[in-house]
Amino acid sequence: MRTKRAMEDAIHGLFLLLGLVTVGCVLLITVYLIISGIPAIREIGLVDFLFGPEWDSAAAEPKFGILPFILTSVYGTAGAILLGVPIGFMTAVFLAKAAPPKMKAVVSSAVSLLAGIPSVVYGLVGMLVLVPGIRKIFHIPDGSGLLAAIIVLAIMILPSIINVSMTALEAVPREYEDASLALGATATETWFRVSVPAARSGIAAAVVLGVGRAIGEAMAVMMVSGNVPNMPALFQSVRFLTTAVASEMGYAGAGLRRQALFSIALVLFLFIMLINAALNFFLKRSKEK
Amino acid sequence: MKKIITLVLTLVLTLSLAACGSDSNSNTDNSDNNDSAAVTGTVSTDGSTSMEKVIGALGESFMAANEGVEFTYNPTGSGAGITAAQEGRCDIGLSSRALKDEEKAGGLKETVLAYDGIAIIVNPENPVNDLTLDQIAKLYTGEITNWKDVGGNDAEVVLIGREAASGTRDGFESITGTKDKCQYRQELTSTGDVITAVSQNPDAIGYASLASIKDSVKALNVDGVTPSEATVKDGSYKVQRPFVLVTVEGKELTPVAQKFFDYITSPDAAAIIAKAGAVAAN
Repeated sequence: MRTKRAMEDAIHGLFLLLGLVTVGCVLLITVYLIISGIPAIREIGLVDFLFGPEWDSAAAEPKFGILPFILTSVYGTAGAILLGVPIGFMTAVFLAKAAPPKMKAVVSSAVSLLAGIPSVVYGLVGMLVLVPGIRKIFHIPDGSGLLAAIIVLAIMILPSIINVSMTALEAVPREYEDASLALGATATETWFRVSVPAARSGIAAAVVLGVGRAIGEAMAVMMVSGNVPNMPALFQSVRFLTTAVASEMGYAGAGLRRQALFSIALVLFLFIMLINAALNFFLKRSKEK
Repeated sequence: MKKIITLVLTLVLTLSLAACGSDSNSNTDNSDNNDSAAVTGTVSTDGSTSMEKVIGALGESFMAANEGVEFTYNPTGSGAGITAAQEGRCDIGLSSRALKDEEKAGGLKETVLAYDGIAIIVNPENPVNDLTLDQIAKLYTGEITNWKDVGGNDAEVVLIGREAASGTRDGFESITGTKDKCQYRQELTSTGDVITAVSQNPDAIGYASLASIKDSVKALNVDGVTPSEATVKDGSYKVQRPFVLVTVEGKELTPVAQKFFDYITSPDAAAIIAKAGAVAAN
Protein backbone atom coordinates (compact mmCIF):
# COMPACT_ATOMS: atom_id res chain seq x y z
CA MET A 1 0.00 0.00 0.00
CA ARG A 2 2.70 2.43 0.97
CA THR A 3 4.82 1.73 -2.11
CA LYS A 4 1.78 2.22 -4.25
CA ARG A 5 1.21 5.57 -2.64
CA ALA A 6 4.83 6.58 -3.13
CA MET A 7 4.67 5.58 -6.78
CA GLU A 8 1.52 7.62 -7.22
CA ASP A 9 3.19 10.66 -5.67
CA ALA A 10 6.30 10.24 -7.80
CA ILE A 11 4.32 10.11 -11.01
CA HIS A 12 2.23 13.03 -9.89
CA GLY A 13 5.42 14.99 -9.27
CA LEU A 14 6.82 14.06 -12.66
CA PHE A 15 3.74 15.31 -14.47
CA LEU A 16 3.81 18.50 -12.46
CA LEU A 17 7.45 19.02 -13.38
CA LEU A 18 6.80 18.45 -17.08
CA GLY A 19 3.89 20.85 -16.98
CA LEU A 20 6.05 23.43 -15.29
CA VAL A 21 8.69 23.15 -18.04
CA THR A 22 6.12 24.43 -20.54
CA VAL A 23 5.03 27.25 -18.29
CA GLY A 24 8.66 28.04 -17.58
CA CYS A 25 9.44 28.34 -21.30
CA VAL A 26 6.58 30.75 -21.86
CA LEU A 27 7.64 32.83 -18.87
CA LEU A 28 11.27 32.80 -19.95
CA ILE A 29 10.42 33.99 -23.46
CA THR A 30 8.04 36.66 -22.23
CA VAL A 31 10.46 38.05 -19.68
CA TYR A 32 13.36 37.91 -22.11
CA LEU A 33 11.42 39.68 -24.86
CA ILE A 34 10.28 42.44 -22.54
CA ILE A 35 13.74 42.95 -21.05
CA SER A 36 15.49 43.04 -24.41
CA GLY A 37 12.72 44.89 -26.24
CA ILE A 38 12.30 47.85 -23.91
CA PRO A 39 15.76 49.55 -24.18
CA ALA A 40 15.52 50.30 -27.90
CA ILE A 41 11.98 51.63 -27.59
CA ARG A 42 13.17 53.86 -24.80
CA GLU A 43 16.09 55.13 -26.83
CA ILE A 44 14.15 55.69 -30.04
CA GLY A 45 10.98 56.89 -28.33
CA LEU A 46 7.71 54.95 -28.35
CA VAL A 47 5.93 57.28 -30.75
CA ASP A 48 8.89 57.54 -33.15
CA PHE A 49 9.28 53.79 -33.07
CA LEU A 50 5.64 52.81 -33.60
CA PHE A 51 4.65 55.61 -35.95
CA GLY A 52 7.92 56.44 -37.68
CA PRO A 53 7.29 56.03 -41.42
CA GLU A 54 10.84 55.05 -42.35
CA TRP A 55 13.07 52.09 -41.52
CA ASP A 56 16.71 52.13 -42.54
CA SER A 57 18.77 50.40 -39.90
CA ALA A 58 22.01 50.16 -41.87
CA ALA A 59 22.30 53.78 -42.99
CA ALA A 60 24.84 56.20 -41.58
CA GLU A 61 21.95 57.90 -39.78
CA PRO A 62 19.73 54.94 -39.01
CA LYS A 63 15.96 55.35 -38.94
CA PHE A 64 13.90 53.02 -36.82
CA GLY A 65 10.24 53.57 -37.67
CA ILE A 66 8.12 50.44 -37.85
CA LEU A 67 4.84 51.90 -39.06
CA PRO A 68 5.32 50.34 -42.54
CA PHE A 69 5.78 46.91 -40.94
CA ILE A 70 2.74 47.27 -38.67
CA LEU A 71 0.53 48.45 -41.53
CA THR A 72 1.81 45.72 -43.83
CA SER A 73 1.12 43.05 -41.23
CA VAL A 74 -2.38 44.42 -40.63
CA TYR A 75 -3.20 44.83 -44.34
CA GLY A 76 -1.70 41.48 -45.26
CA THR A 77 -3.62 39.68 -42.54
CA ALA A 78 -6.84 41.49 -43.38
CA GLY A 79 -6.41 40.62 -47.05
CA ALA A 80 -5.75 36.98 -46.27
CA ILE A 81 -8.86 36.86 -44.05
CA LEU A 82 -10.92 38.56 -46.76
CA LEU A 83 -9.86 35.95 -49.30
CA GLY A 84 -9.53 32.92 -47.05
CA VAL A 85 -12.57 33.16 -44.79
CA PRO A 86 -15.31 32.96 -47.47
CA ILE A 87 -13.58 30.01 -49.12
CA GLY A 88 -12.84 28.25 -45.85
CA PHE A 89 -16.27 28.94 -44.41
CA MET A 90 -18.11 27.64 -47.46
CA THR A 91 -15.90 24.57 -47.57
CA ALA A 92 -16.68 23.92 -43.91
CA VAL A 93 -20.45 24.22 -44.48
CA PHE A 94 -20.16 21.92 -47.46
CA LEU A 95 -18.11 19.32 -45.57
CA ALA A 96 -20.18 19.43 -42.39
CA LYS A 97 -23.62 19.42 -44.00
CA ALA A 98 -23.81 18.77 -47.71
CA ALA A 99 -20.97 16.49 -48.78
CA PRO A 100 -21.58 12.77 -49.36
CA PRO A 101 -19.39 10.67 -47.00
CA LYS A 102 -16.85 9.58 -49.64
CA MET A 103 -16.39 13.10 -50.94
CA LYS A 104 -16.06 14.34 -47.38
CA ALA A 105 -13.30 11.84 -46.64
CA VAL A 106 -11.33 12.92 -49.73
CA VAL A 107 -11.71 16.66 -49.16
CA SER A 108 -10.99 16.37 -45.42
CA SER A 109 -7.75 14.52 -45.98
CA ALA A 110 -6.76 17.07 -48.63
CA VAL A 111 -7.35 19.82 -46.08
CA SER A 112 -5.26 18.03 -43.47
CA LEU A 113 -2.51 17.61 -46.01
CA LEU A 114 -2.62 21.33 -46.74
CA ALA A 115 -2.09 21.96 -43.03
CA GLY A 116 0.95 19.71 -43.00
CA ILE A 117 2.88 21.39 -45.83
CA PRO A 118 5.89 23.28 -44.42
CA SER A 119 5.71 27.04 -44.91
CA VAL A 120 8.97 27.17 -46.86
CA VAL A 121 7.29 25.02 -49.51
CA TYR A 122 4.46 27.54 -49.79
CA GLY A 123 7.11 30.21 -50.18
CA LEU A 124 8.98 28.31 -52.85
CA VAL A 125 5.88 27.54 -54.89
CA GLY A 126 4.82 31.17 -54.49
CA MET A 127 8.19 32.35 -55.71
CA LEU A 128 8.27 30.03 -58.72
CA VAL A 129 4.61 30.10 -59.78
CA LEU A 130 2.66 32.89 -58.11
CA VAL A 131 5.14 35.77 -58.44
CA PRO A 132 5.81 35.25 -62.18
CA GLY A 133 2.06 34.67 -62.64
CA ILE A 134 1.12 37.99 -61.03
CA ARG A 135 3.76 39.72 -63.13
CA LYS A 136 2.27 38.37 -66.35
CA ILE A 137 -1.42 38.78 -65.46
CA PHE A 138 -1.15 42.38 -64.28
CA HIS A 139 1.66 43.40 -66.69
CA ILE A 140 3.85 44.84 -63.97
CA PRO A 141 7.65 44.63 -63.92
CA ASP A 142 7.77 42.42 -60.83
CA GLY A 143 5.12 40.26 -59.21
CA SER A 144 6.45 40.05 -55.68
CA GLY A 145 4.66 42.19 -53.14
CA LEU A 146 1.67 42.48 -50.87
CA LEU A 147 -0.76 40.74 -53.24
CA ALA A 148 1.44 37.66 -53.58
CA ALA A 149 1.83 37.51 -49.80
CA ILE A 150 -1.93 37.84 -49.26
CA ILE A 151 -2.66 34.96 -51.63
CA VAL A 152 -0.07 32.71 -49.99
CA LEU A 153 -1.37 33.58 -46.52
CA ALA A 154 -4.98 33.01 -47.56
CA ILE A 155 -4.13 29.48 -48.67
CA MET A 156 -2.09 28.85 -45.51
CA ILE A 157 -4.92 29.80 -43.15
CA LEU A 158 -7.53 27.67 -44.97
CA PRO A 159 -6.93 24.46 -42.96
CA SER A 160 -7.34 26.14 -39.56
CA ILE A 161 -10.49 27.93 -40.67
CA ILE A 162 -12.02 24.85 -42.27
CA ASN A 163 -11.24 22.46 -39.42
CA VAL A 164 -12.38 24.69 -36.58
CA SER A 165 -15.59 25.88 -38.25
CA MET A 166 -16.39 22.34 -39.37
CA THR A 167 -16.13 21.10 -35.79
CA ALA A 168 -18.39 23.92 -34.64
CA LEU A 169 -20.96 23.19 -37.35
CA GLU A 170 -20.98 19.48 -36.61
CA ALA A 171 -21.61 20.20 -32.94
CA VAL A 172 -24.94 21.93 -33.72
CA PRO A 173 -27.68 19.70 -32.21
CA ARG A 174 -29.48 17.61 -34.79
CA GLU A 175 -32.87 18.68 -33.37
CA TYR A 176 -32.38 22.31 -34.41
CA GLU A 177 -32.01 21.32 -38.02
CA ASP A 178 -34.81 18.75 -37.89
CA ALA A 179 -37.15 21.37 -36.48
CA SER A 180 -36.24 23.80 -39.21
CA LEU A 181 -36.74 21.20 -41.92
CA ALA A 182 -40.06 20.14 -40.39
CA LEU A 183 -41.25 23.74 -40.57
CA GLY A 184 -40.75 23.60 -44.33
CA ALA A 185 -37.37 25.31 -44.72
CA THR A 186 -35.14 23.98 -47.48
CA ALA A 187 -31.80 22.36 -46.66
CA THR A 188 -29.86 25.47 -47.72
CA GLU A 189 -32.07 27.73 -45.64
CA THR A 190 -31.55 25.44 -42.66
CA TRP A 191 -27.73 25.53 -42.97
CA PHE A 192 -27.46 29.27 -43.25
CA ARG A 193 -30.36 30.35 -41.02
CA VAL A 194 -30.08 27.72 -38.29
CA SER A 195 -26.79 25.79 -38.25
CA VAL A 196 -24.43 28.69 -38.98
CA PRO A 197 -25.97 31.09 -36.41
CA ALA A 198 -25.90 28.31 -33.83
CA ALA A 199 -22.18 27.72 -34.53
CA ARG A 200 -21.17 31.36 -34.85
CA SER A 201 -18.90 31.49 -31.79
CA GLY A 202 -16.92 28.55 -33.13
CA ILE A 203 -16.71 30.14 -36.56
CA ALA A 204 -15.53 33.39 -35.01
CA ALA A 205 -12.85 31.41 -33.19
CA ALA A 206 -11.82 29.91 -36.53
CA VAL A 207 -11.38 33.37 -38.02
CA VAL A 208 -9.33 34.56 -35.05
CA LEU A 209 -7.16 31.46 -35.30
CA GLY A 210 -6.64 32.29 -38.98
CA VAL A 211 -5.62 35.83 -38.06
CA GLY A 212 -3.09 34.46 -35.58
CA ARG A 213 -1.61 32.11 -38.15
CA ALA A 214 -1.41 34.81 -40.81
CA ILE A 215 0.19 37.48 -38.64
CA GLY A 216 2.83 35.11 -37.29
CA GLU A 217 3.95 33.60 -40.59
CA ALA A 218 7.44 34.61 -41.69
CA MET A 219 9.15 32.20 -44.05
CA ALA A 220 6.60 31.92 -46.86
CA VAL A 221 5.90 35.64 -46.75
CA MET A 222 9.55 36.57 -46.83
CA MET A 223 10.01 34.69 -50.10
CA VAL A 224 7.17 36.37 -52.02
CA SER A 225 6.72 39.85 -50.56
CA GLY A 226 9.86 41.50 -51.91
CA ASN A 227 10.94 42.49 -48.41
CA VAL A 228 11.63 46.21 -48.94
CA PRO A 229 10.42 48.43 -46.06
CA ASN A 230 7.90 50.43 -48.13
CA MET A 231 4.49 51.65 -47.07
CA PRO A 232 2.07 48.92 -48.12
CA ALA A 233 0.28 48.98 -51.49
CA LEU A 234 -1.10 46.02 -53.40
CA PHE A 235 1.74 45.67 -55.90
CA GLN A 236 4.39 47.29 -53.73
CA SER A 237 7.30 45.36 -52.32
CA VAL A 238 6.64 45.21 -48.57
CA ARG A 239 8.06 43.92 -45.31
CA PHE A 240 6.02 42.35 -42.48
CA LEU A 241 6.74 42.53 -38.73
CA THR A 242 7.88 38.92 -38.78
CA THR A 243 10.13 39.28 -41.80
CA ALA A 244 11.61 42.50 -40.45
CA VAL A 245 12.99 40.52 -37.54
CA ALA A 246 13.94 37.46 -39.55
CA SER A 247 15.73 39.26 -42.37
CA GLU A 248 18.11 41.31 -40.23
CA MET A 249 18.63 39.13 -37.19
CA GLY A 250 21.44 37.06 -38.64
CA TYR A 251 23.85 39.92 -38.99
CA ALA A 252 22.63 42.60 -36.67
CA GLY A 253 25.62 42.39 -34.33
CA ALA A 254 25.25 44.39 -31.16
CA GLY A 255 23.83 47.76 -30.25
CA LEU A 256 20.68 49.63 -31.03
CA ARG A 257 20.06 47.83 -34.28
CA ARG A 258 19.78 44.45 -32.65
CA GLN A 259 17.76 45.81 -29.76
CA ALA A 260 15.33 47.38 -32.21
CA LEU A 261 14.69 43.96 -33.71
CA PHE A 262 13.77 42.68 -30.26
CA SER A 263 11.42 45.61 -29.92
CA ILE A 264 9.72 44.63 -33.20
CA ALA A 265 9.41 41.10 -31.84
CA LEU A 266 7.86 42.53 -28.69
CA VAL A 267 5.27 44.43 -30.74
CA LEU A 268 4.49 41.26 -32.68
CA PHE A 269 4.25 39.33 -29.41
CA LEU A 270 1.72 41.82 -28.07
CA PHE A 271 -0.33 41.50 -31.27
CA ILE A 272 -0.40 37.74 -30.87
CA MET A 273 -1.27 37.93 -27.17
CA LEU A 274 -4.20 40.12 -28.12
CA ILE A 275 -5.33 37.63 -30.74
CA ASN A 276 -5.01 34.76 -28.27
CA ALA A 277 -7.10 36.63 -25.75
CA ALA A 278 -9.76 37.12 -28.41
CA LEU A 279 -9.59 33.45 -29.31
CA ASN A 280 -10.04 32.38 -25.69
CA PHE A 281 -12.98 34.74 -25.38
CA PHE A 282 -14.77 33.23 -28.39
CA LEU A 283 -14.01 29.65 -27.43
CA LYS A 284 -15.29 30.24 -23.92
CA ARG A 285 -18.50 31.70 -25.28
CA SER A 286 -19.05 28.79 -27.60
CA LYS A 287 -18.57 26.37 -24.71
CA GLU A 288 -21.02 28.20 -22.48
CA LYS A 289 -23.78 27.80 -25.04
CA MET B 1 10.44 27.79 -5.66
CA LYS B 2 8.85 25.74 -8.41
CA LYS B 3 9.73 28.44 -10.91
CA ILE B 4 13.34 28.29 -9.82
CA ILE B 5 13.43 24.52 -10.26
CA THR B 6 11.99 24.89 -13.74
CA LEU B 7 14.48 27.55 -14.67
CA VAL B 8 17.36 25.44 -13.46
CA LEU B 9 16.04 22.43 -15.35
CA THR B 10 15.67 24.37 -18.58
CA LEU B 11 19.16 25.74 -18.22
CA VAL B 12 20.61 22.29 -17.58
CA LEU B 13 18.85 20.95 -20.64
CA THR B 14 20.08 23.75 -22.89
CA LEU B 15 23.60 23.51 -21.57
CA SER B 16 23.79 19.76 -22.05
CA LEU B 17 22.54 20.18 -25.60
CA ALA B 18 25.12 22.86 -26.28
CA ALA B 19 27.83 20.68 -24.79
CA CYS B 20 26.87 17.81 -27.07
CA GLY B 21 27.10 20.13 -30.05
CA SER B 22 30.57 21.44 -29.37
CA ASP B 23 31.85 18.00 -28.45
CA SER B 24 31.00 16.45 -31.78
CA ASN B 25 32.45 19.46 -33.59
CA SER B 26 35.86 19.31 -32.00
CA ASN B 27 36.02 15.56 -32.47
CA THR B 28 35.56 15.74 -36.21
CA ASP B 29 37.90 18.65 -36.71
CA ASN B 30 40.64 17.35 -34.47
CA SER B 31 41.21 14.34 -36.64
CA ASP B 32 42.57 16.27 -39.63
CA ASN B 33 44.96 18.64 -37.89
CA ASN B 34 46.94 17.66 -34.82
CA ASP B 35 50.53 17.81 -35.98
CA SER B 36 51.65 20.99 -34.26
CA ALA B 37 53.31 21.74 -30.97
CA ALA B 38 50.81 23.04 -28.49
CA VAL B 39 50.44 26.80 -28.26
CA THR B 40 47.97 28.45 -25.99
CA GLY B 41 46.69 31.96 -25.65
CA THR B 42 44.33 34.33 -27.36
CA VAL B 43 44.23 35.60 -30.94
CA SER B 44 42.26 38.79 -31.17
CA THR B 45 41.01 40.19 -34.46
CA ASP B 46 39.15 43.41 -34.98
CA GLY B 47 37.61 45.11 -38.01
CA SER B 48 35.52 44.61 -41.13
CA THR B 49 32.02 43.32 -40.61
CA SER B 50 31.96 41.94 -44.17
CA MET B 51 34.72 39.54 -43.24
CA GLU B 52 32.68 38.08 -40.41
CA LYS B 53 31.82 34.89 -42.27
CA VAL B 54 35.33 34.22 -43.57
CA ILE B 55 37.23 35.05 -40.41
CA GLY B 56 34.62 33.37 -38.23
CA ALA B 57 34.89 30.10 -40.14
CA LEU B 58 38.70 30.26 -40.03
CA GLY B 59 38.70 31.08 -36.32
CA GLU B 60 36.39 28.22 -35.55
CA SER B 61 38.43 25.63 -37.38
CA PHE B 62 41.63 27.03 -35.82
CA MET B 63 40.18 26.74 -32.34
CA ALA B 64 38.91 23.24 -33.06
CA ALA B 65 42.35 22.14 -34.22
CA ASN B 66 44.27 23.73 -31.34
CA GLU B 67 43.11 23.07 -27.85
CA GLY B 68 43.51 25.87 -25.34
CA VAL B 69 43.46 28.58 -27.98
CA GLU B 70 40.92 31.35 -27.81
CA PHE B 71 39.91 33.25 -30.94
CA THR B 72 38.07 36.54 -30.71
CA TYR B 73 36.61 38.75 -33.42
CA ASN B 74 35.31 42.23 -32.83
CA PRO B 75 33.08 43.45 -35.70
CA THR B 76 33.80 47.18 -35.71
CA GLY B 77 34.31 48.01 -39.37
CA SER B 78 37.42 48.28 -41.54
CA GLY B 79 38.50 51.74 -40.38
CA ALA B 80 38.24 50.85 -36.71
CA GLY B 81 40.06 47.56 -37.33
CA ILE B 82 42.99 49.30 -38.98
CA THR B 83 43.22 51.76 -36.09
CA ALA B 84 43.04 48.94 -33.57
CA ALA B 85 45.92 47.13 -35.29
CA GLN B 86 48.00 50.30 -35.31
CA GLU B 87 47.37 50.98 -31.64
CA GLY B 88 48.10 47.38 -30.72
CA ARG B 89 44.64 46.74 -29.33
CA CYS B 90 44.33 43.56 -31.38
CA ASP B 91 46.71 41.01 -32.89
CA ILE B 92 45.42 41.24 -36.44
CA GLY B 93 43.30 44.01 -37.96
CA LEU B 94 40.75 43.15 -40.63
CA SER B 95 39.94 45.42 -43.53
CA SER B 96 37.73 44.85 -46.54
CA ARG B 97 39.59 47.49 -48.58
CA ALA B 98 43.22 47.85 -49.52
CA LEU B 99 45.29 50.03 -47.20
CA LYS B 100 45.77 53.63 -48.30
CA ASP B 101 49.32 54.86 -48.96
CA GLU B 102 49.37 57.03 -45.86
CA GLU B 103 48.30 54.07 -43.76
CA LYS B 104 51.17 52.03 -45.16
CA ALA B 105 53.50 54.94 -44.53
CA GLY B 106 52.32 54.87 -40.93
CA GLY B 107 53.98 51.48 -40.50
CA LEU B 108 51.15 49.11 -41.35
CA LYS B 109 51.52 46.02 -43.47
CA GLU B 110 48.76 44.47 -45.54
CA THR B 111 48.43 40.80 -46.43
CA VAL B 112 45.59 39.89 -48.75
CA LEU B 113 43.74 36.94 -47.29
CA ALA B 114 41.07 36.56 -49.96
CA TYR B 115 39.05 38.36 -52.62
CA ASP B 116 35.36 38.93 -52.45
CA GLY B 117 34.10 38.65 -56.03
CA ILE B 118 30.51 39.71 -56.70
CA ALA B 119 28.81 38.66 -59.91
CA ILE B 120 26.16 40.86 -61.52
CA ILE B 121 23.45 38.50 -62.69
CA VAL B 122 20.52 38.78 -65.10
CA ASN B 123 17.97 36.38 -66.55
CA PRO B 124 19.38 34.24 -69.39
CA GLU B 125 16.67 35.70 -71.69
CA ASN B 126 18.07 39.18 -71.24
CA PRO B 127 20.08 40.18 -74.37
CA VAL B 128 22.44 42.41 -72.36
CA ASN B 129 25.84 40.78 -71.83
CA ASP B 130 28.06 43.60 -70.80
CA LEU B 131 27.70 46.60 -68.52
CA THR B 132 30.15 49.18 -67.27
CA LEU B 133 30.56 49.81 -63.56
CA ASP B 134 29.03 53.25 -64.11
CA GLN B 135 25.97 51.77 -65.85
CA ILE B 136 25.49 49.33 -62.96
CA ALA B 137 25.61 52.17 -60.46
CA LYS B 138 23.10 54.18 -62.53
CA LEU B 139 20.77 51.19 -62.77
CA TYR B 140 20.79 50.63 -59.03
CA THR B 141 20.33 54.26 -58.07
CA GLY B 142 17.36 54.53 -60.42
CA GLU B 143 18.99 56.90 -62.92
CA ILE B 144 18.44 54.31 -65.65
CA THR B 145 15.11 52.54 -65.30
CA ASN B 146 14.68 50.90 -68.69
CA TRP B 147 16.81 48.13 -70.20
CA LYS B 148 16.76 49.80 -73.63
CA ASP B 149 19.07 52.53 -72.30
CA VAL B 150 21.83 49.94 -71.85
CA GLY B 151 21.16 48.04 -75.06
CA GLY B 152 18.46 45.67 -73.92
CA ASN B 153 14.70 45.22 -74.46
CA ASP B 154 12.18 47.98 -73.85
CA ALA B 155 11.29 46.88 -70.33
CA GLU B 156 11.50 48.30 -66.84
CA VAL B 157 14.50 47.19 -64.81
CA VAL B 158 13.68 45.20 -61.68
CA LEU B 159 16.39 45.69 -59.06
CA ILE B 160 16.97 42.77 -56.77
CA GLY B 161 19.35 42.98 -53.84
CA ARG B 162 20.10 41.70 -50.38
CA GLU B 163 18.86 42.80 -46.98
CA ALA B 164 20.50 45.79 -45.34
CA ALA B 165 22.83 43.81 -43.09
CA SER B 166 24.26 41.58 -45.82
CA GLY B 167 28.00 41.59 -46.42
CA THR B 168 27.44 41.06 -50.14
CA ARG B 169 25.22 44.13 -50.28
CA ASP B 170 27.79 46.13 -48.37
CA GLY B 171 30.46 44.97 -50.81
CA PHE B 172 28.40 45.68 -53.91
CA GLU B 173 27.30 49.11 -52.76
CA SER B 174 30.76 50.20 -51.68
CA ILE B 175 32.37 49.06 -54.94
CA THR B 176 29.74 50.72 -57.14
CA GLY B 177 29.51 53.77 -54.88
CA THR B 178 25.78 53.40 -54.33
CA LYS B 179 25.72 53.15 -50.56
CA ASP B 180 22.24 53.92 -49.15
CA LYS B 181 21.08 55.06 -52.61
CA CYS B 182 19.84 51.81 -54.13
CA GLN B 183 16.17 51.70 -55.13
CA TYR B 184 15.55 48.00 -54.59
CA ARG B 185 12.36 46.31 -55.75
CA GLN B 186 13.15 43.21 -53.71
CA GLU B 187 15.47 42.71 -50.75
CA LEU B 188 15.99 39.01 -50.32
CA THR B 189 17.72 37.28 -47.46
CA SER B 190 19.91 34.74 -49.18
CA THR B 191 22.06 34.31 -52.25
CA GLY B 192 19.85 31.41 -53.34
CA ASP B 193 16.72 33.55 -53.19
CA VAL B 194 18.36 36.27 -55.32
CA ILE B 195 19.36 33.72 -57.95
CA THR B 196 15.87 32.18 -57.99
CA ALA B 197 14.16 35.57 -58.24
CA VAL B 198 16.42 36.65 -61.12
CA SER B 199 15.93 33.33 -62.92
CA GLN B 200 12.14 33.84 -62.73
CA ASN B 201 11.99 37.39 -64.07
CA PRO B 202 13.37 38.31 -67.53
CA ASP B 203 13.80 41.98 -66.53
CA ALA B 204 15.54 41.45 -63.20
CA ILE B 205 19.11 42.23 -62.26
CA GLY B 206 20.77 41.08 -59.08
CA TYR B 207 24.11 40.45 -57.45
CA ALA B 208 25.47 37.41 -55.71
CA SER B 209 28.72 36.02 -54.48
CA LEU B 210 30.69 34.67 -57.43
CA ALA B 211 31.15 31.24 -55.86
CA SER B 212 27.43 30.51 -55.82
CA ILE B 213 26.37 31.39 -59.38
CA LYS B 214 24.34 28.73 -61.17
CA ASP B 215 23.36 28.13 -64.80
CA SER B 216 19.84 29.43 -64.24
CA VAL B 217 21.17 32.99 -64.39
CA LYS B 218 23.65 34.83 -66.58
CA ALA B 219 26.65 36.57 -65.02
CA LEU B 220 27.37 39.83 -66.86
CA ASN B 221 30.76 40.98 -68.04
CA VAL B 222 31.72 44.17 -66.28
CA ASP B 223 33.74 46.62 -68.39
CA GLY B 224 34.24 43.74 -70.80
CA VAL B 225 35.77 41.34 -68.29
CA THR B 226 34.12 37.98 -67.60
CA PRO B 227 33.88 37.22 -63.88
CA SER B 228 35.83 34.17 -62.84
CA GLU B 229 38.21 33.10 -60.12
CA ALA B 230 41.15 34.03 -62.34
CA THR B 231 39.93 37.52 -63.30
CA VAL B 232 39.06 38.22 -59.65
CA LYS B 233 42.53 37.16 -58.54
CA ASP B 234 44.42 39.22 -61.13
CA GLY B 235 42.20 42.23 -60.42
CA SER B 236 40.84 42.74 -63.95
CA TYR B 237 37.26 42.03 -62.83
CA LYS B 238 36.17 45.20 -61.10
CA VAL B 239 33.31 44.19 -58.82
CA GLN B 240 35.51 42.79 -56.13
CA ARG B 241 37.40 43.87 -53.07
CA PRO B 242 40.26 42.39 -51.10
CA PHE B 243 39.93 41.02 -47.59
CA VAL B 244 43.07 42.30 -45.94
CA LEU B 245 44.91 41.26 -42.78
CA VAL B 246 46.50 44.32 -41.19
CA THR B 247 49.61 43.98 -39.05
CA VAL B 248 52.29 46.39 -37.87
CA GLU B 249 55.48 46.35 -39.95
CA GLY B 250 58.43 44.93 -38.04
CA LYS B 251 56.46 44.08 -34.90
CA GLU B 252 56.43 40.41 -34.06
CA LEU B 253 53.10 38.68 -33.51
CA THR B 254 52.57 36.54 -30.43
CA PRO B 255 53.35 32.86 -31.16
CA VAL B 256 49.70 31.92 -31.22
CA ALA B 257 48.73 34.86 -33.45
CA GLN B 258 51.62 33.99 -35.80
CA LYS B 259 50.36 30.43 -35.96
CA PHE B 260 46.87 31.64 -36.77
CA PHE B 261 48.26 34.01 -39.41
CA ASP B 262 50.26 31.20 -41.03
CA TYR B 263 47.30 28.87 -40.89
CA ILE B 264 44.80 31.20 -42.59
CA THR B 265 47.23 32.27 -45.31
CA SER B 266 48.20 28.68 -46.08
CA PRO B 267 46.64 26.79 -49.00
CA ASP B 268 44.95 24.51 -46.44
CA ALA B 269 42.58 27.31 -45.50
CA ALA B 270 41.49 27.92 -49.09
CA ALA B 271 38.63 25.44 -48.89
CA ILE B 272 37.25 27.08 -45.76
CA ILE B 273 37.53 30.52 -47.36
CA ALA B 274 35.77 29.27 -50.49
CA LYS B 275 33.00 27.80 -48.37
CA ALA B 276 32.51 31.19 -46.74
CA GLY B 277 32.00 32.68 -50.22
CA ALA B 278 35.35 34.29 -51.07
CA VAL B 279 38.28 33.48 -53.36
CA ALA B 280 41.41 32.61 -51.38
CA ALA B 281 44.49 34.62 -52.34
CA ASN B 282 46.88 31.75 -51.64
